Amino acid sequence: MLAPLRWLKDYVEIDVSASELQAKLFSCGFEVEEMVDVFKNVSGIVVAKLLSVEKHPNADKLNVWQIDAGDKGKLQIITSAKNIEVGDLVPVALDGATLFNGGVINNGQIRGVESFGMFCSGEELGITDDFYPGASINGILRLQEEYPLGMDIKEALGLDDIVFDIGVTSNRPDCQCVYGIAREVAAVLGKPLKAPDFTYETLSTPVTDFVKVRVEDAELCPRYVATGVQNVKIEQSPLWMRKRLFLVGIRGISNLVDITNFVLMEMGQPMHAFDKDKLSGGEIVVRRAKAGETIVTLDKKEFNLTQENLMICDGEKPVCIAGVMGGLDSGITEETKNLVFESAKFKRDNIRRTSRNLGQRSDSSARFEKGVDSYTTGVAMQRALSLIYQLKAGEILSGAIDCNAETQEKREIVTPVSRICDLLGIDVSEERIVAILTSLHFEASVKNGVLTVLVPEYREDVEDYADLAEEIIRMYGYDNISGTLLQFAKVTDGGRNTQQTDVERMRETLAGFGLQETVTYSFISEKEYDKLDLDKTASEYKFIRLMNPLGEDYSVMRTTLVPSMLNVLSFNQNRKNETVKLFEFARTYHTDKPLTGSELPVEKNHIIVGAYGEGVDFYTVKGIVEEFCRSFGVTIDIAPGGKHYYHPTRKATVSANGVLLGGFGEIHPVYAERYGLEKRVYVVELDYDLLEQQFNKKIAVKPISRYPESTVDIAVTVLKSVTCGEILSVIYANAGEFLKEAKLFDVYEGAQVEAGKKSMAFSLHFGSLDRTLEQSEVETAKSNVLTALQTAVGAVLR
Amino acid sequence: MQEKMNELKLSALSALEGCETSRDFQDLKIRYLGKAGEVTGLLKGLKDVPKESRAEVGKIINDLRQELEGAFAAKEEELQKKEMEAGFLAEALDVTLPGTRPERGTLHPLTKVRNEIIGVFTGMGFEIFEGPEIDTDYYTFQALNIPKDHPARDMQDTFYITENVVLRPHTSPGQIRCLEQKEPPIKVLSPGKVYRSDDDATHSPMFQQVEGIVVDKKVTLCDLKGALDAFAAKLFGDETKTRFRPSYFPFTEPSVEVDVSCFRCKGKGCNLCKGTGWIEVLGAGMVHRNVIKNCGLDPDEYSGFAFGMGVERIAMLKYGIPNMKMLFENDVRFLNEFDK
Repeated sequence: MLAPLRWLKDYVEIDVSASELQAKLFSCGFEVEEMVDVFKNVSGIVVAKLLSVEKHPNADKLNVWQIDAGDKGKLQIITSAKNIEVGDLVPVALDGATLFNGGVINNGQIRGVESFGMFCSGEELGITDDFYPGASINGILRLQEEYPLGMDIKEALGLDDIVFDIGVTSNRPDCQCVYGIAREVAAVLGKPLKAPDFTYETLSTPVTDFVKVRVEDAELCPRYVATGVQNVKIEQSPLWMRKRLFLVGIRGISNLVDITNFVLMEMGQPMHAFDKDKLSGGEIVVRRAKAGETIVTLDKKEFNLTQENLMICDGEKPVCIAGVMGGLDSGITEETKNLVFESAKFKRDNIRRTSRNLGQRSDSSARFEKGVDSYTTGVAMQRALSLIYQLKAGEILSGAIDCNAETQEKREIVTPVSRICDLLGIDVSEERIVAILTSLHFEASVKNGVLTVLVPEYREDVEDYADLAEEIIRMYGYDNISGTLLQFAKVTDGGRNTQQTDVERMRETLAGFGLQETVTYSFISEKEYDKLDLDKTASEYKFIRLMNPLGEDYSVMRTTLVPSMLNVLSFNQNRKNETVKLFEFARTYHTDKPLTGSELPVEKNHIIVGAYGEGVDFYTVKGIVEEFCRSFGVTIDIAPGGKHYYHPTRKATVSANGVLLGGFGEIHPVYAERYGLEKRVYVVELDYDLLEQQFNKKIAVKPISRYPESTVDIAVTVLKSVTCGEILSVIYANAGEFLKEAKLFDVYEGAQVEAGKKSMAFSLHFGSLDRTLEQSEVETAKSNVLTALQTAVGAVLR
Repeated sequence: MQEKMNELKLSALSALEGCETSRDFQDLKIRYLGKAGEVTGLLKGLKDVPKESRAEVGKIINDLRQELEGAFAAKEEELQKKEMEAGFLAEALDVTLPGTRPERGTLHPLTKVRNEIIGVFTGMGFEIFEGPEIDTDYYTFQALNIPKDHPARDMQDTFYITENVVLRPHTSPGQIRCLEQKEPPIKVLSPGKVYRSDDDATHSPMFQQVEGIVVDKKVTLCDLKGALDAFAAKLFGDETKTRFRPSYFPFTEPSVEVDVSCFRCKGKGCNLCKGTGWIEVLGAGMVHRNVIKNCGLDPDEYSGFAFGMGVERIAMLKYGIPNMKMLFENDVRFLNEFDK
């Protein structure tokens, strides 16, 4: 929201500096995002009168002027400009002056003759015809009015204005205009508010003789005000109005267009003007579009309309998309003689929908989307007519056609003062409360501790005492709020619950294994599924698509963390990070069938580990899986097998009590290549929700034997295909009750062993809680193990 | 005899004097004090000594033996010490060689900051509730006093899955779910991922929020200030102050933006705070009466406060992270910075 300081001063006396005003507005809820001093570079340029001229003695194209710059003295200036005459008033940049573009002017000699400055063009001051007539021409700016000689040009032309760019929160549509901001400024400075001029004189002919208006859909158009103007004179609007519009970024077009724009900026009410003679039947009907109707708008775009679009129509056809843009055929032109003025309130969500669906936006639709109140709809019309009258732009017909479905009564709020103070936690005196509300144009009184308030019509956001509390505290000052620690509330037993604590321990545990935690986006590209050859129809991978993604790369909610991890590994590899060990804990999102109504997908928690580099191999990640599960008391089974994107002979599944929890392994070289991964990459996937069900964190201390234990080592030769797991299960099954632990300590293939075979060595630890075992008991166990191994896997003792 | 003993004593002591190694020492010890050694030889020669002086000579020999044993023991100790010291020198290490670094991973900066925030509020008695990341329009907007087509919906730039299902743009829907289930006093913190259609140096389409809500009898704006003062002091340093300024959120009334005094320049004005001395960190307010009503409670009986903050923003401020993208690239050199 742009508000020039001089414009604000029309309505309120501002006796503080711009930066003080900025601070005041900030404290009451309006952040001045920028203070634009458009002409901040312009300095040292003054008004001067041209006294006489002579030809430059040494240059044909140059003239030597004598000028009177008032208290700056009589000076000599050399110029090549030809558009000036003796007697003109012009801006002259004196020694040390700066121009709009930052250029500095100094005294100097031109071909042997001294020049004490430079005459300026409109461009050098940073202005155009919109700001000052003649400012756009390629030559010196000839001032049209009388100014004291020597006067600073910024003061003379009003180039010393500062434009406030103010952030207005969406609950305050009433402040989306200069007058609305002025109301707040008046309140915060404690100054009276001067209303703009709403007066005008009319013809005696009533407007009802001029135009007929019918609102067929009062829900979408709660208020429609129409007035008429005849014998319209289309011409340029006055300089003061064009200057105002220039500073808020609007180009002057003609008096009527400028008036509608001026009212939009000043009062926040979009206005529209129709050429009455182009309205078929001389009438206006506000209705929904009929199927098949079309309209061509001012910008020559054609739209097919639907019932959802509210239209302003004449007796036959739509002539304007209500609140969005007028039709090409009904707008005002140079020839317009009779004019119907519209000021209306349209329902904001309908305007919003229409604007989005048609893809057509305007200043007007943007304003309606923020919300316009019906009170302003009325007063803005008066303001517009007052400007028509002031600018002598036409003859105003008597009265207005006002189709108003809304109550004009002010909202009343009655509340104990104590309720407001209780919410704030501080005591604000009744007098202060009344004073603050009154300064904001509420009608407020307190009787027996009960506050009665009538809310200004334009404050549709104020509904109850909490809203009043906010009005009071933002003016009273948030500095008066001092911290208390829930002095009246009950104590609660907070903290993380067991599941939440486990999740944090899970993260700490994985980080403790030397892994670094990552965070990646929950949405991925659908292409990832093809890259990994995932079956998109399998329930596990059926994904949810966003309706409005930021792009294809972020278009589907991931059902697996694998692609994200591979991308992060690839990113690190490309950044030349040699060894990388990562994990992520995140959700995946699943649905079996397309979501309808308010159905929600299933969200699952997953852990993923990904690693490559020095010291990282299959057994590194296996060790992580084992130790991680052990740390949560989960006994797991690891078996060969797993997803297709793992190396066919280097992958394993992880399960517990028959429940598949996930898997791990080396990524298949084909898929590694698709992700540009050059090293061998290892990944672990675990379904955390399933894993969590297997947690057994109970600690029960077991007795420690006081008797010495025995260890025997055995080394056997087996076929290469025999696994360690097979041998260990035979050992555990046959070593008897005293076996405490069996451990592999060596695997050997080579010269000492037959081809196609390998040697494996295990240590077996025996012990008892009650006694020292006899050597013979250990020997018996050992020989039982060896016999069983020979039978089961053809193992031969080495 | 006496002379012989003196000779023996002198030769033994002088040999001992010149002895440098424990091997030589052992040889000497055997030669003089061993079973077949010279002192033992003297004792054996005692039988040739006349009977009357035998006791006297025997005592003298024993004295000699004791004296030599003492000398040998002292020498032995000296040699052991010397050899141990020589051993130490031989084993000398370069203590400036690098230590073997134990493997240690890192938690993501967002996890670290989130846990810090959670720590502050759980200490005040907040419990934690994490709702679904994908939620209905009702819980996401309507229950929070944001009806359909409300302009405030533009504040969030929400991602839609269907007309009625969205990626939550804030964690508040979880709080509503929690409020529906619980009776006051309620103190709930909702951390989690949220999504908004926004992507630049300070915005990410996925980010994390921590939102908190308190509902009880007589909860005041001053209580909100107190809770946030404690939060600011714990996260940004004891001397950090908070500042409230008016703002608007559909689910709170009054609503405030909360700034903390700049922890780098202590409020004097610097790059970080853009010269203002204050940094905007979160939004807050008194829970809107409609929200309390929507959760089945009487807004005339209960009041509450709520606040919400972006974890990324706080992490960026705390750790001086210049671009939000870095948080999601997961470059291990970046992640390694968070090992403290």
